[in-house]
Amino acid sequence: MKRSFRILLLLALMAVTAVQVQAQKKNSKIDVAEALKGYFKPVTTPSATPDAEGFIRRWMILEPISKPNPTNRVFTDSYTRENLSVEYFPDQLTVLPKDGDKVKVTMEYQPPVNLSSNRPAARPQQDQPKFVKATLTWHALDSDHFFVKLFRFATGLDKDRYGVIFWTVTVINCEEDIENVRLAVGSNKAARWWVNGEEVLLLAGDRHMGVDSAVSDRVTLKKGKNILRGVTMNGPGMSEFCARFIDDTGKPVTGYTITCN
Amino acid sequence: MKRIVFICILLLTGVSLHAQTGAPYIHDPSSIVKSDGKYFTFGTGGGGLISEDGWSWHSGAVRPGGGAAPDAIKIGDRYLIIYGTTGGGMGGGHASKIMTMWNKTLDPDSPDFAYSEPVMVCESLVDEDFNAIDPGVLLDPTTGRLWLTCGTYFGHIRQVELDPKTGFRVEGNEAIDVGRNMEASTMMYRDGWYYLLGTHGTCCDGVNSTYNIVVGRSRNVNGPFIDNVGRSMIQGGGKSVVTTEGRLVGPGHFGRYIEEEGVEKMSFHWEADMDQSGRSVLAIRPLLWKDGWPVAGEAFREGTYEIQSVRSGYALELEVDFIRAQGAMRGLGRGNEPQPNVVLEEQKLEDVAGTWPEGVIGARNGYYMGRPWQRWSVIPVPEAGGYLGGPYYKIVIAGTDRALAANDKAEVETVPAFTGAPEQLWRIDQLTDGTYRIMPKSIPGHDEPYALVSLGDCSPTLAPFDFKSDNSKWDFRCYSPVK
Repeated sequence: MKRSFRILLLLALMAVTAVQVQAQKKNSKIDVAEALKGYFKPVTTPSATPDAEGFIRRWMILEPISKPNPTNRVFTDSYTRENLSVEYFPDQLTVLPKDGDKVKVTMEYQPPVNLSSNRPAARPQQDQPKFVKATLTWHALDSDHFFVKLFRFATGLDKDRYGVIFWTVTVINCEEDIENVRLAVGSNKAARWWVNGEEVLLLAGDRHMGVDSAVSDRVTLKKGKNILRGVTMNGPGMSEFCARFIDDTGKPVTGYTITCN
Repeated sequence: MKRIVFICILLLTGVSLHAQTGAPYIHDPSSIVKSDGKYFTFGTGGGGLISEDGWSWHSGAVRPGGGAAPDAIKIGDRYLIIYGTTGGGMGGGHASKIMTMWNKTLDPDSPDFAYSEPVMVCESLVDEDFNAIDPGVLLDPTTGRLWLTCGTYFGHIRQVELDPKTGFRVEGNEAIDVGRNMEASTMMYRDGWYYLLGTHGTCCDGVNSTYNIVVGRSRNVNGPFIDNVGRSMIQGGGKSVVTTEGRLVGPGHFGRYIEEEGVEKMSFHWEADMDQSGRSVLAIRPLLWKDGWPVAGEAFREGTYEIQSVRSGYALELEVDFIRAQGAMRGLGRGNEPQPNVVLEEQKLEDVAGTWPEGVIGARNGYYMGRPWQRWSVIPVPEAGGYLGGPYYKIVIAGTDRALAANDKAEVETVPAFTGAPEQLWRIDQLTDGTYRIMPKSIPGHDEPYALVSLGDCSPTLAPFDFKSDNSKWDFRCYSPVK
């Protein structure tokens, strides 16, 4: 190996390490409760219940994974399925994390957002994407609202806000089987959702969050723990979702408790 | 409320099935009544029609007594049949009697089929301003009292009260004059209003009959019944309910049939169906209510439509990728250079169909963009039978055989080819507010009579129909055809 190439490799590794360290430093300095004030509170109780309209407010949320998308036009069914089928971290479809758990990911680098511009900073087409390693943290949070404002989760924690992927998971605890319920999700933007490991919704398109925008086929919430998992991907705009279970007449189902794991 | 946009008329293909099938030949039909799982209507001269499904009709109903223009009503677990003993006295005397009789069943094949002895409840003398034929009855849902109207152009329409337990005239009841300038009267009640319906125009002249159905209303069961411009029915007024439609001539003899809340039908006859030798035939149409007035709905027309959810305005579509159409954005500082306007091509089926999976494709609702995956051809399937007022339809993506279907999870999807299976056949009922209910003929493994329902904006499913919810309602909208 030529000396000049070794030097280049060393510099590249140093750059990746610097980005990783910077990300971790940023995180460690943040008071989560203060940073997310107005949108979330850290979980302080053993369990929660859905709100009066059935919305699920308690979630484990992973810090966003960068996946630059300079436009929302790309979110077709195929694109959504393909890009939300990538393994971003081990056991992403089964993990039940605890607050503060860390996840190591390799993700596409994007430059810091330029808030003085009204256009996203697109990577020149001729350039190959650059990937960086990052360590991301799971946060156990109660939303202050019926919706989960992923965008403010990201900005509050000083993370990438546009072109990112959010993994979210929560546990629905039932005292007995609840049959023929449907997961009803409003989502900004594209998303996939699973109940007990079974995909129940794929939400494509340049969509915005409305209550009960998309409703799954009938599912059974079984006695005991049920795992509700969603992954949401945005482009150059807002990101948020709301989720609840409804019955065949559209009425909210509320007879369960919610825990983080 | 005409929800179907009729600029689509050029797009319509094939024969529109406007009239009932089978041998629906009848004059002056009674209200339709269901007995022993079958539908019955009785006509002038005795006898009447039977239908197993409400779409295909044939003769076979039995009514003794002859005469003209009977009516029928179910009260408790019995059926009361009312008829006039004569056919009216054109150019002669007008003596006639209105008779009532009971039966436990209307099915002549039933061992319980036996009419009671007819009793007279109203009569006209040979030379008075009244002609006791064409009876119609209303069982007032607010009081339980039974009212009968009858009469023709020869004098007044009269109202008398019957005893719903016996079918006899209430003792001491005095007849009231409630209308003129009409015949084939009947009454109905809805939301605090009593409606008196009648038929204007001339009957019994084939394609030259000018029959048409009119209505007035009152807050009082005894009237006065006022039309939409303030005329009393006893002054000869009447707001139009249905008139001649193209080759279907001379509607007369209104009857109301309530299937459930929001799903109502009106029966009548066309004096002449020009596609059936000008014969008088049974008609069944959706009964709509607009601003408190009854209006005849449209017979559903075969065509290619957007199927729009009333809940959200979203359109039923295939779960496939959105394929972008040609046509860059102009304005907002882009594409403003001086140049002649050009006509942009619409996206065509062949532009996108190759990207679709070959097997089952889900169905969902999305923003309507006029795209091939959102355009549905709704085509009657005559051999599949029907329901009260219509045939079953297949609903396929226009230009393909890909068909909307119910599956064994009581969800909705599309299958690559229409096979005629019952889960691929759809019943389409126009509702009283002008929107539509869409129901599969059957759902594999399920007995529930589910309808197509949008529980979510984007998520059609099969669930109980609820007229009070826009989730259960759809519109069929039609635009200019793709060139």
